Amino acid sequence: MLKMIGQRLMTTIPSVIGVIIVTFLLTRVLPGDTAAYFAGPAASPQAIIEIRSKLGLDQPLPVQFVSYVTALVKGDLGQSLTTGQPVTKDLAARLPASAELTLAGLILAMAVALPLGVLAAVRQGSWIDHLCRVVATAGVSLPVFFTGLLLVYVFYFILGWSPAPLGRLDVFASEPARITGLYLVDSLLAGDVTTFRAAFAQLILPALTLAIFSLAPITRMTRASMLAVLGADFVRTARASGLSNRKVIGTYAFRNAMLPVVTTLGMVFSFLLGANVLVEKVFAWPGVGSYAVEALIASDYAPIQGFVLTMAVMYVALNLMIDVLYGVIDPRVRLEG
Amino acid sequence: MITRRTAIAAGLAAPFVAKGSAQAQAPSRNETLLLVQEYGPNSLDMQGIGSSQPVNGVALNCYDRLLRFKPVPIPGGGGNMVSMGELEGELAESWQVASDGMSVTFKLRDATFHSGRKVTATDVKWSLDRACTIGGFATTQMNAGSLEKPEQFVVVDEKTFRIDFLRKDKMTLPNLAVTIPFIFDSELAIKNGGGDPHAKEWLKNNIAGSGAYKVESWKPGVETIYVRNDDWKCGKLPQLRRIIARDIASPSTRRALMERGDADVSYGLPPKDFKDLLDAGKVNVVGVPIPNGVWGCYLNTQVGPFKDVRLRQAVAWVMPYDKILQASLFGRGVSMAGGTTPKVAWPQPFPYTPDVAKAKALVDAAGGPFSTTLYFDAGNATVAEPMAVLMKEALATIGITVEINKVPGANFRTEIAKKTNPMVLNRFAGWLDYPDYYLFWTMHGNNSIFNIAAYQNPALDKLVDAARFAPDKAAYDANVVDFIKLVNNEVPMVPINQPTHDVALQKSIGGYQFQPCREPDFRYLTKA
Repeated sequence: MLKMIGQRLMTTIPSVIGVIIVTFLLTRVLPGDTAAYFAGPAASPQAIIEIRSKLGLDQPLPVQFVSYVTALVKGDLGQSLTTGQPVTKDLAARLPASAELTLAGLILAMAVALPLGVLAAVRQGSWIDHLCRVVATAGVSLPVFFTGLLLVYVFYFILGWSPAPLGRLDVFASEPARITGLYLVDSLLAGDVTTFRAAFAQLILPALTLAIFSLAPITRMTRASMLAVLGADFVRTARASGLSNRKVIGTYAFRNAMLPVVTTLGMVFSFLLGANVLVEKVFAWPGVGSYAVEALIASDYAPIQGFVLTMAVMYVALNLMIDVLYGVIDPRVRLEG
Repeated sequence: MITRRTAIAAGLAAPFVAKGSAQAQAPSRNETLLLVQEYGPNSLDMQGIGSSQPVNGVALNCYDRLLRFKPVPIPGGGGNMVSMGELEGELAESWQVASDGMSVTFKLRDATFHSGRKVTATDVKWSLDRACTIGGFATTQMNAGSLEKPEQFVVVDEKTFRIDFLRKDKMTLPNLAVTIPFIFDSELAIKNGGGDPHAKEWLKNNIAGSGAYKVESWKPGVETIYVRNDDWKCGKLPQLRRIIARDIASPSTRRALMERGDADVSYGLPPKDFKDLLDAGKVNVVGVPIPNGVWGCYLNTQVGPFKDVRLRQAVAWVMPYDKILQASLFGRGVSMAGGTTPKVAWPQPFPYTPDVAKAKALVDAAGGPFSTTLYFDAGNATVAEPMAVLMKEALATIGITVEINKVPGANFRTEIAKKTNPMVLNRFAGWLDYPDYYLFWTMHGNNSIFNIAAYQNPALDKLVDAARFAPDKAAYDANVVDFIKLVNNEVPMVPINQPTHDVALQKSIGGYQFQPCREPDFRYLTKA
């Protein structure tokens, strides 16, 4: 097992190197002049030149690349100009926020999508199958910012049930001591129920927004893969052997149908982690998505490179985890390094 | 009976129920202000290179300057604004301009820094020297008031400080009241500077001032928390003890927070939201026409079709001023159409009103229909996009086909620096409210980045320079009227409207103070 993981990691090294080179080059070919942007209003051409040389942008590309990689080896992702902080510090602060939101959204989506998908497959053509189709279509076709704003409008503005969408915590609540960076976990570890409640209440609406969006791929994938499995020989054998319906579906069919679903989950997770910019904007959630987009608008290279690199590394880790999970779900799957 | 189902329901409902207990903290809410803004500061040092707009607010509230603008009532009510000529002492107890008019001497107050150290003339010199030598925007702004060399700043004794003038410049004193020449605790900065004479890194993340507020916590991109400095000596002690400024990117969310009464103050909503809030009447909206600020359509005078002055005038004759004011600013501004006699003011309406026949005649005389491109900054799209579309529509009626090009923020500076774009929509607002100051940036032969029309006219340069260093008011007024007449006719830029700077405040919030840097001044705000 460890050998397998080691071998898998070895194969990812070239792709990570590729990501480093490509993001470096991509950010450099982006139109726009970082120095002119940060020189601010009323800057003289001379001021812009000063800033350019301070940022090292007047150096030739290879020189810039070498200094970037040298810093990278030391774990230094550079300075963000938009927040004025080291990129590593920003990412460390923001990644847990995104992770907490995405995980919550995904768990919520799974709780609805898996049973719905299974039921739709088992009762193909029934009302529940149609419901599944409607939910999935509605989920993907509603843009997230719209769902987000609608939820804010109904649950905060009209009904007043939900707390003010002010980010991860109400302004008067204090942040739990940082252990994992996930407020729900940290507050529980600290035994602080008030903070847990406050953080949980803030999380519900954005998580729900994400869940509605990610329902579709999970439901559809569960349904399709269940249908395929239900038609397989071993299910017929199981039924012929007189096993109860519950046992056939729950134990044999579902477990076998899980492989493509887990792959989809992995994809959805990594996609949501970086792509829920609009949810982050609507709920003032200090996540990595909006961080990267703001940096992009300002042609702020370091955060973009740091973000893409982090995402690439996470993607690699996630895929590895999924591969390992395959082996657990289906012992027949043998991964070659 | 507690079933599993009710237990889950109770669990899910718990966060909503918890709302009641949050209100038990009410007393602290009364002394705390919650400000929601689009984005927060990227540094705590406004003099530093690359500081963003909200850093002005940090400089304003956490540091003191020698002078400040005296509050004068906003004509429409709702609070105070500033008037350029009227100054009062902040760190300066008094000041005296020498009889030859070539220097000014300040007597400092008995003020202390947050560190407890006394503010001395040495600190003032260190800070002003820094602003003049640090480069970037701070140095440019200092130069705008003829504050150019460290030799100008003289420590007379511990409590007395003198500035020697390079030339008589009416902007020197007002320029000491803007958010750049603020005073640092120089000993603290040097001690922590780690060898950097400007202590840039340390001051970016730390406050070393004497201002009315201290920064309690700063999480870039999330929130900034200010607490009152109870030992502030330079003015009336502010009422608010604590300010929480949260960064909420979505304007819809900020509006919802204001309407629900959860946030106390919001800046930077789209004009439509301000209009709706004003109409609904639940919260106060205070608008100040941005001094020295105007939305204009810059027409390139060096390359492309608009080299021909007749075509520039045609654009001015066909500009749908009122439609733009209604459809893009929702009435939150002042139209720049139909001026009569030139006044000593900026911005002021130019003598054009929509007149298709006149415009069409000018286009025909200049050679008939043609196509061109209109650029604007995508960051301003909320306002600029409807403006551009209305212009496109209007220009089509006189045979000018316009293609609209929306340029992303970081590229916009690069675009306008090229000075080859035929038409650009832009809003420029100078901090120092003088007509010559505006023209110095946008139409003068020094060709700054904001002279988007690349206008070059020695006659105008002469008038603008003469106005800047005019010996008396009569000469100044004459120069201003002359250059206004000149640009009225030459129209390198068609002024469209003067936008209003709006801020939404709960009814319980009083003491609104508009500052030229357009950031909230917490020192005057009150909460009932």
